[in-house]
Amino acid sequence: MTSFTRTRHTARAQRRDKLATYGFYTLGGLILLLIFWLLISIMSKGLPSLSLDFLIKQPEEMDVGGGIGPVLFNSFYILFISLIISVPIGLGAGIYMAEYAPDNKFTGGLRICVEALSSVPSIVFGMLGLAIFAEYFGIGLTILGGGVSLALLNLPMLARVTEEAVRAVPGDIREAGYALGMTKYHVIRTVVLPVALRSIVTGICLVAGRAFGESAVIILTAGLSTSGEMWDFNLFSPGETLAVHLWYVQSEAIVEDARQIADRSAAVLVIVVLLINLAFRFPLWLNNRRQGR
Amino acid sequence: MGAPVHNLESRLKQSSVKVSANAKRHGRHLLSNSIFRYYFLFSILALCFVLGMVILFIGKTAMLMFGQVSLADFFFSFNWSPEEDAFGAAAFIVNTLSLTALTMVIAVPVSVGMAVLIAEIAPNWLKTFIRPVLDLLVGIPSIVYGYLGLTVLLPFLRDVSGQGLGDGILAAALVLSLMVLPTICRISDDAIVAVPRKYRDAAYALGSTRLQVIMRVVLPAAGRGIISAVILGMTRAVGETMAVVMVIGNTAQLAKTLFTPSSVLTSNIVMQISNVEFDSTWNYALHMMAFLLLVISFVLILIIRILGRKRRDAA
Repeated sequence: MTSFTRTRHTARAQRRDKLATYGFYTLGGLILLLIFWLLISIMSKGLPSLSLDFLIKQPEEMDVGGGIGPVLFNSFYILFISLIISVPIGLGAGIYMAEYAPDNKFTGGLRICVEALSSVPSIVFGMLGLAIFAEYFGIGLTILGGGVSLALLNLPMLARVTEEAVRAVPGDIREAGYALGMTKYHVIRTVVLPVALRSIVTGICLVAGRAFGESAVIILTAGLSTSGEMWDFNLFSPGETLAVHLWYVQSEAIVEDARQIADRSAAVLVIVVLLINLAFRFPLWLNNRRQGR
Repeated sequence: MGAPVHNLESRLKQSSVKVSANAKRHGRHLLSNSIFRYYFLFSILALCFVLGMVILFIGKTAMLMFGQVSLADFFFSFNWSPEEDAFGAAAFIVNTLSLTALTMVIAVPVSVGMAVLIAEIAPNWLKTFIRPVLDLLVGIPSIVYGYLGLTVLLPFLRDVSGQGLGDGILAAALVLSLMVLPTICRISDDAIVAVPRKYRDAAYALGSTRLQVIMRVVLPAAGRGIISAVILGMTRAVGETMAVVMVIGNTAQLAKTLFTPSSVLTSNIVMQISNVEFDSTWNYALHMMAFLLLVISFVLILIIRILGRKRRDAA
């Protein structure tokens, strides 16, 4: 016997609660289904016809059977250049914000700068790159311009993930380092960074994945064409990337198999991005699961 | 007799060598300490420099427009025909705002619902499954979203509505909703998880059902965090280019219906900027539109900051 009586009011509340719970689960289920359907439809259209040949062949302007060799290479090359430039500066900025920045107006200003920079739409970085490289230096649309502009886009995100990773390092192990008479930089290099490394690497992968698929910046700074050679390391040749090629093929190309090329390019794009993300995240995810978090 | 003395001497010599080596190492550490201190400061200043460069380069070119086009024409005229020297950007501005609003109407209930599901309702195994899956969504390049919108969503909308090609702001809003969903969802999720447990316990102790706890205690308490998440989603939606360009139709007119082929600020810039002369009014007008995008993003970021400060004060 309980003292709790079931009134009409509570019964209605309980009914609603149950209904809402089902509602939330249905919503979640539908979204998950949508996500998996998306992934599967990208893969199922592109993967079956994917071959090594397609990955390394030259694109064709007129004939059926073109590949994506140079654009795939350009994608990695530009990504590499952008990371070379942005990782040292992004890490440095993140470390400064987490370790050095005093709590004053100046730091507040810096923080506003980082947030404002991270909100700048990617197309604006494209226009900046266009203005600097094509107009100011007059070198036209190049791999170098694409790489540098992409690096600018990466910077704020890198700074933020680094700051968060460094902040998450417990204070007591830092103090232990200071107690041994280490300098601040020595503590950062030998104690803080090794502990934060895993989150920083995850962050860099996230940024790299985003940069690999970025197209608005590259269209404006590296152009819609390639130099026509496979292993072209020249920084000053035009550098169409895979994401841009997907855009070009579906909007302007006149080859008969444009649709298939676009399907396959989309699949390759998604696979590479997922690989960049998963390869480094999977161990992290497993570890989290094991710890029951 | 000489041996011990010799021994002592060599020992002295050794220790003085050690001392000087230690001093050297100490000096090296102090040096690298100060060098890297400046390097880290330089890095963050480089970021500010980049921001300054963005504002300067875009703003400088944008301001050149006012020599040729009046402010009122740019902001209030709906006539964008650059070939005839008519640079009215009102249609793009209104389209950008309505596209963002429509995106939020679709995305916010779904994303916040997902966040509630993850944070409050789902069992642990489901949480650890959904969160990485949402991260997958973030990783998919925007051009692929656009391509899917073009090849899958547009035919579908065409069949359902029977109107034209199916492109327009509804298609763009649907694609954008999916793109901002993980952003809004994950940040709202964090905000909901951060609500102190005692609030929930107190509400349960009063006999509330879980729905009542969520609607009347948890969501209001996490309100500011959720609004920040929504605004962050808005900055993504306003600035997104390639996904929108592929499904919106790219015609310079006001989106009067959901299926009117139209154009927003970002899509118009990317479609036209490669074809114009650098020293032309057309180019200046495009830069003005980019500057407008910058201003919108900065205002949104400012709102998030103010909300964040209030939240810290309240806590």
